[in-house]
Amino acid sequence: MKSTKYVVTSQNSDVLPSDIALKIYELGREINVKETCFGVIIDGEEEDINATVEEVRAMDPINIFIKDRGFSPGDPRRCRGHRGGGARPGFYMMQHESEILPLISRGLASEAMGEEAPPKTETRKRPSLEELEVMINEEFS
Amino acid sequence: MVKVMVYPPTSMILADLVERTGHEALMVSKEVRKKVNTPGLDSPPLNMTPEDPKKGLKYAAVDVPSGVRGRMSLLGPMIEEAEAAIVIRNDNCTLGCTGCARTNELTRFLLRTRRIPLLELDYPEDEFQAKQFVHKIHEFLEGLN
Repeated sequence: MKSTKYVVTSQNSDVLPSDIALKIYELGREINVKETCFGVIIDGEEEDINATVEEVRAMDPINIFIKDRGFSPGDPRRCRGHRGGGARPGFYMMQHESEILPLISRGLASEAMGEEAPPKTETRKRPSLEELEVMINEEFS
Repeated sequence: MVKVMVYPPTSMILADLVERTGHEALMVSKEVRKKVNTPGLDSPPLNMTPEDPKKGLKYAAVDVPSGVRGRMSLLGPMIEEAEAAIVIRNDNCTLGCTGCARTNELTRFLLRTRRIPLLELDYPEDEFQAKQFVHKIHEFLEGLN
């Protein structure tokens, strides 16, 4: 069965999408590779893709993130080249998560080094009705 | 290997962290892939088969907007299949032009009522929170073994 995956690099990574594409070409498997600004999209048979994913991840384990994709690259039902441009479906989610990838990478590095998790910090919570009543009375009385 | 549903169901970070620990992440893209490989659908998941609203009716009543039922036809089977779940609470990013807040609420509700191991957390905003975020997910996933 065919499988398609996104390989996304964190902003902190020294690995470029072109490096990943070259690595995949070197492996010599029958995989389609599409370079993008955030990483690469790879498409091929499931066994080949799963084996390739492990080798690509090994290039920079804490800065490379991988997820499944529903459509093959260049699928005319999704490809903007065929649809005359427009918003890229799924862009907002990827944009949002790409922004916090450097933080996640630091978290993964900390886990890999066996550091203890930082102590819990007090979270800001909304005041209850009673607390609000006290605050209003203090402010306006 | 445990099937872990991630919410948001398109989350790259959660899916990646789950698969790093050897578990299977249940994501909506895998469901879409099944539809893509089904002949006769012009533009999945926007097009539906007559079977899809029936699947959606299991989770939402007939007077609920059809978009919710259509989305639930993809998400519902994943929720039933899940053996554990990781849910992000501050999920503002899921409400884009094609998002659906009611489906998101229903998904979170159904995951809570499944009584499976469930981890709820927020997307990190700084380094401390990120370390806690990754640590909690690792601890949760290792506990599933």
